Amino acid sequence: MSQHLKSNVIPPSRQREVPRTGLTWIGQSMKRVEDPRILSGKGGYIDDIAVPGMAHAAMVSSPHAHARILSIDTSKAKALPGVIGVYTGEDMAQVVDPCPSFASPPITQHPMSVGKVRHVGEVVAAVVAEDRYIAEDAAELVEVEWEVLPANVDLEASAAATGDAVLHPDDRDGNVALDESFSFGEVDRHFAEAHTVVKRRLRWQRSSAQAIETCGVVARFDAFKGGYTIHSNSNFYNFIPFVIGGSLRVSPGELRIIPVLTGGSFGSKVFNHKIIILTAGLARLAGVPVKYIEDRLEHFTNSDSHGSDRLYDAELAVAEDGTFTSLRFTVMDDYGAYLQFGVGTHGNAMAQVTGPYQIQSFGMRVIAVLTNKTQQGPYRGFGSEVTNWVMERMVDAAAEELGTDPVALREQNMIQPDQFPYMIPTGNIYDSGNFQKVLAEAKSMFDLDTWRDKAAKMRAEGRCVGVGLATCMERSVYGPTEWWSLNNTETPGFTLTSTPEGITVRLDPSGKMFVTLNSPMVGNSPETVVAQILAERLTIAPEDIVFNYSDSQSGFNGVGPQGSRFTAMIAGACVSAAIKLEERLKRFGAHMLQRRPEDVELRGGMVAVRGLKDQEKSFGEIALTSSFFRLSFPDGEEFDSGLETTAVYDHPLSTDPAEDRSHLGIFYPIVGHICHIVAVEVDPGTGKVEILDYAAVHDNGTMVNPRTLAGQVWGGTANGIGTTLTEQFLYDADGQFTNPNFAEFAMPTANEMPRNFKLGHVETPSPFTEYGIKGGGEGGRLGAPSALTSAIEDALSDRGVKITSLPVTPPTLRGLIRDAEQAATA
Amino acid sequence: MTKVSIELTVNGRARHATVPPRMLLSDFIRHELSLPGTHVGCEHGVCGSCNVVVDGRAVRSCLMFAVQVDGARITTVEGLAQGDDLHPIQQAFWEEHGLQCGFCTPGMLATAQELLAENPDPSDDEIREAIAGNLCRCTGYEFVISAIRSAAAKLREPESETVLQPV
Repeated sequence: MSQHLKSNVIPPSRQREVPRTGLTWIGQSMKRVEDPRILSGKGGYIDDIAVPGMAHAAMVSSPHAHARILSIDTSKAKALPGVIGVYTGEDMAQVVDPCPSFASPPITQHPMSVGKVRHVGEVVAAVVAEDRYIAEDAAELVEVEWEVLPANVDLEASAAATGDAVLHPDDRDGNVALDESFSFGEVDRHFAEAHTVVKRRLRWQRSSAQAIETCGVVARFDAFKGGYTIHSNSNFYNFIPFVIGGSLRVSPGELRIIPVLTGGSFGSKVFNHKIIILTAGLARLAGVPVKYIEDRLEHFTNSDSHGSDRLYDAELAVAEDGTFTSLRFTVMDDYGAYLQFGVGTHGNAMAQVTGPYQIQSFGMRVIAVLTNKTQQGPYRGFGSEVTNWVMERMVDAAAEELGTDPVALREQNMIQPDQFPYMIPTGNIYDSGNFQKVLAEAKSMFDLDTWRDKAAKMRAEGRCVGVGLATCMERSVYGPTEWWSLNNTETPGFTLTSTPEGITVRLDPSGKMFVTLNSPMVGNSPETVVAQILAERLTIAPEDIVFNYSDSQSGFNGVGPQGSRFTAMIAGACVSAAIKLEERLKRFGAHMLQRRPEDVELRGGMVAVRGLKDQEKSFGEIALTSSFFRLSFPDGEEFDSGLETTAVYDHPLSTDPAEDRSHLGIFYPIVGHICHIVAVEVDPGTGKVEILDYAAVHDNGTMVNPRTLAGQVWGGTANGIGTTLTEQFLYDADGQFTNPNFAEFAMPTANEMPRNFKLGHVETPSPFTEYGIKGGGEGGRLGAPSALTSAIEDALSDRGVKITSLPVTPPTLRGLIRDAEQAATA
Repeated sequence: MTKVSIELTVNGRARHATVPPRMLLSDFIRHELSLPGTHVGCEHGVCGSCNVVVDGRAVRSCLMFAVQVDGARITTVEGLAQGDDLHPIQQAFWEEHGLQCGFCTPGMLATAQELLAENPDPSDDEIREAIAGNLCRCTGYEFVISAIRSAAAKLREPESETVLQPV
C-alpha cells in the first residue's frame, strides 16, 4: 500500500446478516407494493395536493443571461382582478434569507433575484393569484427595466473574465469559484518513470435528468400556529429542515415538510430547497397557502439540476509492458451561475476515479467556473459518470498508442479478485468484486469475438459498424464527505459526516405490520424492498405489511434515495428494527408460552418453542395481548404496552478525510461493477447512430429484487444513451438557452432504444452491508456513454474519426465525419 | 371571460360544467373534475403523459380545450379499474414492472388502449411505434413493451370480458 494511505484504516465490518443462499424473499422478483395505487391514478403527486384557500403562483423570469435589475413596475399586474399580490426579490428578502450552500465560502443565491440576474430563467418577481391562468396573465404585465451585462457562456473565457462580467463580485473577485490541486501518492515519480504518457483533451457537456414531473411546492404559513406547512417533492424532506429553516428563519420544529409520491428524480429532486424557500416565502408574503408547480420551461431554466459540464486535460502514465501506473488531470467545470453543492460532483468522482484498474497514484487540479447558465445539480452519476467516461477513453487511447487490444489491456490492468478490499489512491475503498467474472459473462452474452469479426467484415464492405466495450465502477452508498472534501482546508464549510436512514415498525393488534418510512418514493421501490427484507428477517408474509411515510416532524432520520444508497441503508435499518422487535416479541411471546425468551424462536410469523411443534403464539396474538392486556404481563418497563420500535442505520463504512487531504478517507465503499458491450452502425451521410446489439452485465452484490434492479439498469442505460447521442443544451453567444423544451431537447423514445438488450447479473456480496446488498440505481448511465463512444469510434475507425466530446448528436457526428473526409483529401 | 357550458361523459358518468374557453382539457380534467390521475409533463404536446381516451382515440389533453370535448366520451386512468380489480392493461403493467415513478403511466395506458382496440395482436415493433409518442424517463421502455404485449395476450383470451372503447 502506498505510504499516503497508511493512516486510512479500514474499520471492521458491522454486517449482522451475512450473505447466504436459501433466502425466502430476498432475491425474488416480487411485484411492487407501490404499484396498484399508482396504476389506478391515486398516487398523489405534488400537483394533486390542494389545501383550503390555496392560491397559485406564476413567475416573472429573466430573459437575459446577465443583467442588472434597474426597476420593476408591478402596478399593472397588481391591478388585474384575481391577483392577490405581486412580489419582487426585495420583498422576498424581507421574509427569507439566501439559500443554503455547500460551497465554502458560499456563493450567495437568493430564491428570487435581488439586484441582478445571472442566468436566463432566474426569477425576478412572482404573482400570487386566485388561479394559475390569472397569475400567468399578471406575470406578463410586470415591467422590468434592465441593464444588460456581458454574458459568460464559454467555460475558459468565463474563467478569465473581469469587471462587469464577474457574476458574484461580493463573493469572489472573478468567476473561478474554486481552484484546488491534489496529489494522492507519488504522481510525479510515476509520470517521470512512465514509458508512455497518453494525453487527451476530453469534453463532457451539460445534460440533465428532466424527470417527466417537474418540481413543485404547496406551502402555507401561520405565524400563530405551527409556522410553515409545506408539501414538497424533495428527496431530502427529512434531512434538510434544519438548513431550510435557516433560510425561512424558523426552527425545524416550526417547519413541517410533507412528502408526496414523486414523479421521477434521478438526482434532480434531491435538494429542491430553492423552490421550497421561494414558495414558502410567497405564502408568508401573501398570507394565503400558495401552490407553485414549475412548467417545463421553468424546470429547464431555473430548477438548478443541470449535470456536469467539464473539460479535461487528462494524462495516463503507462509502463513498457502496458501497466497503468498513474492518472492525472486538470478539469474545468462549467457550474453555471451558482454552486449549491460546492464541487461535490468532483468529490463523488474521487470514489472511483481510477476505475477498475490497479493505478498507484492520482493527481488532479479542479477548477470550478461560474458562467451565466442555470446552475448544476445532481443527475444520475453525480459526476462519476463523467470520470468513468474519461477513464475508459484514456484506456482506449492507450490501447491505440500501444497498438494493443483494448479488452486485453483492460484485463491486464484490472484489480484481481483476491485484492479486496482494495484501496484506491484517493483513499476510498472497493469493498469487493470480481471484475473478471463480469467481463467474461458480458463477452459470452454478447458473443464478442463473433461480433468483432462481423463488424470488421461489414466495415470491409463499406459499412460503418463497430463494437465498443466498457468496464466501469458503480460506487454506491455515499458518505457526505464528498460534498466538502475538495474544499480548501482553510474554509472546509459544513463538514457533514452523517447519512442516517431510519424506520419505525409497529405490529398492530390485528397482527399486521405498520411501517413508517422517512424517505419518499421517487420511482424506486422503498416499500417493496422493505417488505422483502422485513418478511425475510421476521418470517412473515410481505402482504402483511402496510406502509406510511412520515413528515419531517413525525419522522426521524431519513436522507432519501440518491447516491444508490437507499436499498442498502434501509436494509440496515430493517435489520436493526427487526432485532429490536424480535427481542420484544420473544419476551412477550415467551411469557405467554410460559417459557424463557432464550427457549423460543421466530417461525412462520409465530413465536415458537424451539424444537417443539404446536407450542407457538402468532405475532397477532402477541401484539393484541401486549396492546390491550397489560395485566397479563409482569410489572416493569420491559413489558411496556405495544410492539413498536424505531431504528436508525448509519453509514456502514466511512472514515474522515486526512487533514492535509493526502487522502479523502473512505466515503463510497460499496462498489458494484458493470460491463457494457454495444455494436452500432453509423450512417455517415447523416451522422445517425443505430444500436445493433447491446449487452450489459452488472454486479450489484446480493440482489433484493432482480426485476426492479433490471428496471433501474434499463432506465439508466436509456439515460446514458440520451446523454451520449441525442440530448444537448444549446446556449447561444448571449447566454440564451435555445432548446429548453421536450420538442428540441431530444430524450430517447422507445424507438431509440436497442431492440435486443441482454442483461446479466453477477452477485459478489458486500462484506459490509446487510445480506451483502449493494446499490444499483445509477449503473446504466455510468456505463452506457463509455461503451457507445468506443463503438462509434470503432465504427468510424477507417475514416479516422475520434470522439473526444459528448454528446455526439447526428449533426455533431456528421461534422466530425466531414472534417475527417476533408482532412483525408487535403 | 364568458364561460361556456359543456356536457360530456367521463368514465361512464355524465358531467356538466361551465368553463372558460381557454381552459385546457388537462386542467379541466385534473382540477375541475378532480381526476388528478391525468398528468401534465410538458404542456406542449410532446411527452404524452396527459393522454386520455376521447371517443376511442388517445389524445393529448394539454393540446385541447375543455370546450372542444362537448358531447365527447372520455376515459381517464381513473375509469380503468372496475371495483377492486385493475384493468388487464394495468394488471400487465404491474406484473411486468412497466412503471417506476408512474408519472407517465396514465398516458401510456391511454395509448395502449387505443393500440389494442385497433390491433389486438401487435408485434413488438408496432408496440414500440405506438408508444414512441410517450416519453418515459424511468423504464427505458423495455418493460412497458412487455407489459403491452402481455396485456394484448390477456385481452385476446376467449374468456376475457374486457371490451376496449372502439376507435
